[in-house]
Amino acid sequence: MIPTYSYLVLGCILFSIGTLGVLIRRNVVIVLMCIELMLNAVNLILVSVCEPVFVFFIMMVAAVEVSVGLALIARVYRKFGTTDISTFGQLKG
Amino acid sequence: MSDIFFWVFSVMAVVSALSVVLNRNPIYSVLSLIVCFFSIAGHYVLMGALFLCAVHIVVYAGAIMVLFLFVIMLMNLKDVPEFVSKWWHFGAAGAAVAAMVFGLATHLFQSYNPRVIGDMQLKPIAQALFTTYAVPFELSAILFLSAVIGVVALGKSE
Repeated sequence: MIPTYSYLVLGCILFSIGTLGVLIRRNVVIVLMCIELMLNAVNLILVSVCEPVFVFFIMMVAAVEVSVGLALIARVYRKFGTTDISTFGQLKG
Repeated sequence: MSDIFFWVFSVMAVVSALSVVLNRNPIYSVLSLIVCFFSIAGHYVLMGALFLCAVHIVVYAGAIMVLFLFVIMLMNLKDVPEFVSKWWHFGAAGAAVAAMVFGLATHLFQSYNPRVIGDMQLKPIAQALFTTYAVPFELSAILFLSAVIGVVALGKSE
């Protein structure tokens, strides 16, 4: 039998790994992937408490976020020639 | 039997998530994230959420990760430093994650209430989407439309 808190523990572990990746990586594409990982950890916990509609909406927002984020990254890469996260500090406005 | 699958999928998810964070090659990170998403889809099957599992695979493994793969292949990422350079950045990141885990452990575990699986099939979700959550559903449609327009506006050359 699967213990009660197991999905909560697993979701927390995945969320922590994603947060660690956001904090220690410098490549913006990897940072966006770690944000995806955090969203999926939250989705896992939400499914275990039986809230499927919220999971559905989170998936929609994640798809939108990734498409817009990757378009922004491609634009910045064309301008500066790199995807280092420190170049995003040079954007104005 | 489902106990064995739970541990297999959990170990797969955690190991591939660590591989996403710690790999120096972005392509390996993307492939590890696909493995992680498939193991999370396995967890959905174990919980009885078959429709969510199908949507998860189609949206994440089918659409989002392919998008990531295309974008990484279009860029030359050889000269990007992959990790933060100073040791105290790692220390600060570890301290922040530890504080977050402490907060999760003290607050979330008291209010967590796992429920019996029952209403996670297709029909209850569809009914909820078109009755109770009809307004957020339409708003998400507008969000998608604005994202399409925004991506086209961002992606075209100057």
